[in-house]
Formats: sequence, structure tokens, C-alpha cells
Amino acid sequence: MAVTSREDFREILRLVRPGSRVLEIGCGEGGLLELLASEKGVDGRGLEISAAGVSACLARGLAVVQGDADGDLADYPADAFDYAILSQTLQQMRDPRRVLTELLRIAERAIVSVPNFGHWRVRWSLLAHGRMPVTRDLPDPWWSTANIHLCTLRDFTDLCADLGVRIEASAALTQGRPARQMEPSRLMENLRAEQALFLLSRPGQRTADPRSAVAVDDLFDR
Amino acid sequence: MRFGPDQSLRLDSRARLGGLEIAYRTYGQLNADRSNAVLVCHALTGDQHCAGEHPTTGRPGWWNQVVGRGLPLDPDKLFIICSNVIGGCMGSTGPASINPDTGKVYGLNFPVITIADMVRAQAMLVDALGIETLFAVVGGSMGGMQVLQWAADYPERMFSAVCIASAPRHSAQNIAFHEVGRQAIMADPDWRAGAYADQGARPEKGLAVARMGAHITYLSESALQRKFGRELQRDGLSWGFDADFQVESYLRHQGAAFVDRFDANSYLYITRALDYFDLAQGHGGVLANAFAQARDVRFCVLSFTSDWLYPTPESRTIVKALNAAAARVSFVEIETDKGHDAFFLDEPVFHGALRGFLDSAAAARGL
Repeated sequence: MAVTSREDFREILRLVRPGSRVLEIGCGEGGLLELLASEKGVDGRGLEISAAGVSACLARGLAVVQGDADGDLADYPADAFDYAILSQTLQQMRDPRRVLTELLRIAERAIVSVPNFGHWRVRWSLLAHGRMPVTRDLPDPWWSTANIHLCTLRDFTDLCADLGVRIEASAALTQGRPARQMEPSRLMENLRAEQALFLLSRPGQRTADPRSAVAVDDLFDR
Repeated sequence: MRFGPDQSLRLDSRARLGGLEIAYRTYGQLNADRSNAVLVCHALTGDQHCAGEHPTTGRPGWWNQVVGRGLPLDPDKLFIICSNVIGGCMGSTGPASINPDTGKVYGLNFPVITIADMVRAQAMLVDALGIETLFAVVGGSMGGMQVLQWAADYPERMFSAVCIASAPRHSAQNIAFHEVGRQAIMADPDWRAGAYADQGARPEKGLAVARMGAHITYLSESALQRKFGRELQRDGLSWGFDADFQVESYLRHQGAAFVDRFDANSYLYITRALDYFDLAQGHGGVLANAFAQARDVRFCVLSFTSDWLYPTPESRTIVKALNAAAARVSFVEIETDKGHDAFFLDEPVFHGALRGFLDSAAAARGL
């Protein structure tokens, strides 16, 4: 397996069923899509905002459309994919609630990762300095950050509950360490998890996918 | 290539075109398993000379930035076919050809043709060259429309498709500009109701004006401003109607150079074919249905930010339909101020995207 510095890539690789159809939103230069194709035989498509990113994807033989998740997801037909992946960009969307709804319209399942603004380091930074936190996961000052809709773990699970979205699995991600299965509603996790990654499904969707290569219970167990 | 009387071309207008001649040029060698053939489709006033030297003008081919050794379409690796569209005037059967039934120049007796007719003729040529499946069908502007038509009519005969600066149908504005051009030609007394060839005349003034108007739509306001601004040809104004401004002189030159190489009736027929183009129309009004059989084709759609002839939303409509048809599509909008004509010009980001797509498609095809 190719080495990736992003733990969330490894987790996503574990979650995705081999041979499935995947749309990655904000696919950058296509690193994850390429891994998904080579490791899981996935039929992958991408949506990427930058022309340079799309060009890099083209050179890798990936099918990627230049576009903006805030506006262009509406162009995709319903149920076109098994998975829609949105890695660390939900907090940069103008309308995260609508984007989440769109992901689960286009795909049966969504894999979403977000930085946790409830992490103790963030809270400490705000408490101690009285300024918008600048941490390793949130490196830019308030006036230049792309993260315009930050949330805590609790905020995210509340939104899922509000939308009737089922959280099938969730993992805490901390830089340099393997992913750890967690129960996102626990208060401690809202302090401990730097990043969180969720496998989401639509209301009314079967919880366990009989075609899945991995049982949901041991998705994050190592 | 001349086709026999048993191989007449069926046209959308229900007419048949006999004694069909298709002028074409090839670059590179067809490989042993005949898998490396590329069809390059030209735009409104283009021809089969996409690379190398043009035999009549002596100028480089119209796509010498893209077709050539070390370029995205490399004849060292690919067998590149470029044919003059039917209705054209560079050797393929068109209104300036001799009507075999009368022995006289067709003129307005030439049947009205469509983009689908052009593509049907190309498919006959590809057949005659012994090629079953093309590695790629590539074209910009009207060439891009032919690419889309290929995907609708012969999806099983193509591995990949590149549609550049194009549209799935002609808009009201597109038709309006073409109508101005046609009226300019028809208002020229030397047009002689289309029979100028028989009467030893040429509607050069009208054709030049048509070209001048159209040429503006191929550029952008900022490119014109950057290139010419309000610069004068000579010191001071003439206080008359000479070409005072450099932009006037430039347009007059474009018009004059065009009439040397193009036939006025061909201009009428080909602009008509473009105006009639509406790919969704033949598929229940749903563009995605046109691509229903093209799921296995790798598509690359490219547009330019400053193209106001076929602006990016047109390409997005194509991409949306391809997505709805679950086809394999990539799309990039290239940032440039050079307008529609950017696809002929030195645009490194465009060429990089094109090369990336074609090289990876070639690898997938085992080329």
C-alpha cells in the first residue's frame, strides 16, 4: 500500500467497499481517488475547485470536474454513487447543512471528516489568550482562514440528528496516530478528538450493508 | 477520398449526396492493431490541414500548437486523421463542387447539411480507412459539436472524446451573429443569388464583412483592448472613413485574408449547420439521453473563462448531461483573456490539461 501521511485517507480506504462508485468532493490533486482506485478497485469521480488540481487529476487518469461544492452538487443525479466523500472541507462550505443533505441525495453513504472545535487545545487557547485559536489543525488566523463554519463534535452530531442522518461509524483522528473508534456523543470525545471522521447514511437506510467487506463494528478496531 | 455511386451519403434533410468526396490529411502511422487513430474535427472555417504547412496559404496548420511531435497529439505515437467537413471548400463535397446530376457548380442547389451529416461522412471515411474504433475524437468549437455528435451516434466506435470551447446547441445569440454574416454575403451584388461561380463573380465584400463580424466574437473585449486600445494607424485622425484605428485595420485584414481561402456559399451552409445544431432535440429534448450509450467513453470537456461565443455555462450543460448519463467526464475551465480563439493559441494550462487527459487515456488503451 502506498504510504500516505493523512490518517483519514487510510480510514476512508478501510470504510469504502471494493468496486464501489465514489464521488470525492474537493479531491485536490487526486491522491485519495488514486489510492481508492488502486487499492479498492473503486470507480471514482472527483469535484475540485482549482484548475491546477483538476489538471493534476487528469494527468493521473482520473475523471474530475472543476466545480464548487456549494453550487455544483445540485447537478448530480440522485443515487449516482455508493459513497460521497468530503474530507476536511465541510467547515469551508457556505451552507454545510445543504451540502450534507446533497451528499446523501447523491450517494447512499457519505464519509465526512471535520476538525473538532471542541478539542481541549482549542478551548484552552481561547480561554488562555482570548483570541481565535490557532492550532496545528487550524493554522490560519481568523481573517485568512478558509474555515468559515467550524463546529464541535457535539454540534456535528446535533446537526446529524436534526437532519435524521444516521452515524454508522465514527473515528477520532489525531495527527501522527492511528484512527480510534469512538462514540461521538460522549463528552470526553468532544475534548479529546482533534479531527473526527464519520460514515453517514440516509434516514431509513439499512445500518449494516450486507455487501460491505468489513463489518461496521470492527471498522475502527485495530 | 472519393466514394462510389453506391455509397451516397444520407442527409438529415432526407436528401442524398452522391459522388461524395472527402478531403483529408493524416499524420503519423496506424499501428498494427489499428488502435491509435485520432479524429481531429475542425471548426467553422478550418480545414484538414491541422498541422504542417497549409498548401495554399503557406502558413502553419491551424492546430500546430496541439498536433505535432512532442505536442499533446503526437504523430510519433498516434495516427491523426483530419478531414474537411462536407459543405466545406477545401476539397470535400460542398456548394462549390460540381453537381454530378447537372455538371454545374451546386451553388444553392447543394442540400442543407447538419453537424450529424458531417459526422456521418467522417464515419464513412474512418470505415474506408479500415478503422473500427477511434482512440479519440477531438475538436474545438464546431469541432467540439462534432465530437458530441460522435458520442451520440457512434459511442461504440470511440475510446475517448475531447470537446473544447463548444456547446450542445446554438443559442439565439449564436444564430443572430450568423444571420448577420449571412445577410452580409447575400447583400453583396456579386453573390448573384448564390450562382456567382457560374457568372464569374465572387461576393468578396460580403464574405469579408461576415468574417469581420464573426472574428470579433472569437476574441474578448480585454484581448482587443490589450492588443489595440485606441491606437491609430498613422499620426492623427483622417477625419474620414479610412481605417484610422489599428483595430479597424486589423479587422479589414482579417476579412481580406479570409476571402482568399474561403467560399461564400460554404460559409452560408456551414453556419446553417451550426444554427441547426441542437443535440438534445433528437433525444426527447433531454441532452443526457444523447449520451445514454456513451458510458464507457472517457470525456474531457474544456472551456475558457473569456469565451463569450460558447461560454463556460454551455460546457457545464454538457458536463451535467454526461454526469446524469453516468459517463466518465472530466472538465476544466481554463483562465485566459484570449476569448474563444484561445484553443488555437499558446495556452500552457490548456495544453497541460489536454496532454494529461490524452496521455492517461493512451495508457489505459495500452498505447
